[in-house]
Amino acid sequence: MSIDLKTIKHISKLARISVDEQRAKKLADDLNSIFDFIEKLNELKTEKVEPLTSIAETTLKLRSDEVKSKNIREQIIKNSPQNNEDYFVVPKVIE
Amino acid sequence: MSDITKQTLTELVENIKNKKLSSTDVTKAFIDRSEKSEKLNAYITNDFTSALDKAKKFDQNPNFDLKLPGIPVAVKDLFCTKNIKTTAGSKILNNFVPTYESTVTENIWNEGAILLGKLNCDEFAMGSSNETSFFGNVQSPIDENLVPGGSSGGSASALAAQLTPVTIGTDTGGSIRQPASFTGIVGLKPTYGSCSRYGIVAFASSLDQAGPMAKNVNDCALLHEVISSYDPKDSTSIDFKRSHYSKELTNNIKGKKIGIPKEYRVDGMPKEIEDLWQKGIQYINDCGAEIINISLPNTSYALPTYYIVAPAEASSNLARYDGVKYGFRAKGENLIDMYEKTRSEGFGAEVQRRIMIGTYVLSSGYYDAYYLKAQKVRRLIKNDFDEAYKKVDAILTPSTPSSAFKIGEKTNDPVSMYLNDIFTVPVNLAGLPGISIPAGHDSKGYPLGLQIIGKAFDEQNILNIAYAMEEKINFKNKITDWWIK
Repeated sequence: MSIDLKTIKHISKLARISVDEQRAKKLADDLNSIFDFIEKLNELKTEKVEPLTSIAETTLKLRSDEVKSKNIREQIIKNSPQNNEDYFVVPKVIE
Repeated sequence: MSDITKQTLTELVENIKNKKLSSTDVTKAFIDRSEKSEKLNAYITNDFTSALDKAKKFDQNPNFDLKLPGIPVAVKDLFCTKNIKTTAGSKILNNFVPTYESTVTENIWNEGAILLGKLNCDEFAMGSSNETSFFGNVQSPIDENLVPGGSSGGSASALAAQLTPVTIGTDTGGSIRQPASFTGIVGLKPTYGSCSRYGIVAFASSLDQAGPMAKNVNDCALLHEVISSYDPKDSTSIDFKRSHYSKELTNNIKGKKIGIPKEYRVDGMPKEIEDLWQKGIQYINDCGAEIINISLPNTSYALPTYYIVAPAEASSNLARYDGVKYGFRAKGENLIDMYEKTRSEGFGAEVQRRIMIGTYVLSSGYYDAYYLKAQKVRRLIKNDFDEAYKKVDAILTPSTPSSAFKIGEKTNDPVSMYLNDIFTVPVNLAGLPGISIPAGHDSKGYPLGLQIIGKAFDEQNILNIAYAMEEKINFKNKITDWWIK
């Protein structure tokens, strides 16, 4: 299997990470060597195996639906790079 | 007392309770030594001034019923600490000041401990050498230009260098046990669900666990007792009866059955590691426990499975860093451009690599071939352990396939770096507890560790085995203070 530059560009788009030509080449090399290593899993037959989705295979506990943290708007906004008192500010979306 | 920083946690607690030392004495000693040790780059953020204030306050009104009375502790910078910058070793969180406290650190402060500062780590805990941190690599106190291991490299370095009496790390694939092994200390990765993940910067949520790192097994048991708790704020926290780990610690392991898995005898493993393992087997025999040869047939598939599951979960967890709600933001021409530049400039190379792997294996058309396949193999790996535990009480393996390596030695080859975790990763995939204890030195004088893997929730048993072995091994860490002029 080989991951080409076109695939790298596609994944970087999905991952929302801009990648220039030089980084894309390096990432393609790295990912190819990592996937060569991962391909080892194909040696195993797993048709009849149940996937393990969570190691703590217990049913989730229910809790009563009540508000525990009140009036924390300021705390939530505090760490944002740009805000307008009550809102997060982002670059304009509508043209 | 000039040797305060050499004392174990248990000794310090005793000395504070007997009023032979004050919290201020102890806190000052660790701060002094930390200040002389900047060359190790173990800290990202220190909180020394307020640590001294807290120590003075403790001394004015001491509560000696607490488990960690006035004890200063530095913690990995992956734990959110209220009003203290928490970076996860990343540029993207360089200005992040949490407004809440992680449950694990909260548990430590509730028992009287005092925060010294936040310790360096690989970026988002992704690394095995502490070389991926935005804040620079950490030096090992063992030797100049040697890696302390990772991702809890700052924690291991600070503890081995006596900058903190104990510490906590997190372990997703070996991030507590491998650095513990590299620096000659004890590190425990608890059962999944034993310690709350609330307030820990997430890497791979089905694998992440916080755990104690200490100078000896007794200290490790005491700290584990403090940090392990059921927490409704973590939906995978498990409500089971926790033991009084330090009080119930015993070196009597007569009649215990210890498994030796043949698949851990990997190709190219240095003879020193094989010899160490044999020595470990001898110690187990000397303690009156029984050695049983076992098989964990799918061991060699653990690392490839991990490098699908962990990046997949990471790519999803790290989607939150978008330059909007917190952290670093780059300038962009529009919203999408801002996202893409923020993440490109804010994440380091290893983190980007893992997000890319994760995004790929979860993307349309590849999900079944990679992610679903990995989840199935993960089941097989867990089944191997379940089968083995029908015959044995615990399993003994080396902690790592080699001793510590030089800074820069493996940075250009991600796969050779990943191989560091070959013996630790299966434990995370199966959600089991594992402890690394220092067990010897290689020909260069670098520490080597042995790992004891237990049944789920059986921390007491592996702590006891470690305690019994520790007594026989009588390991002495060779710290020369090379970094202090």
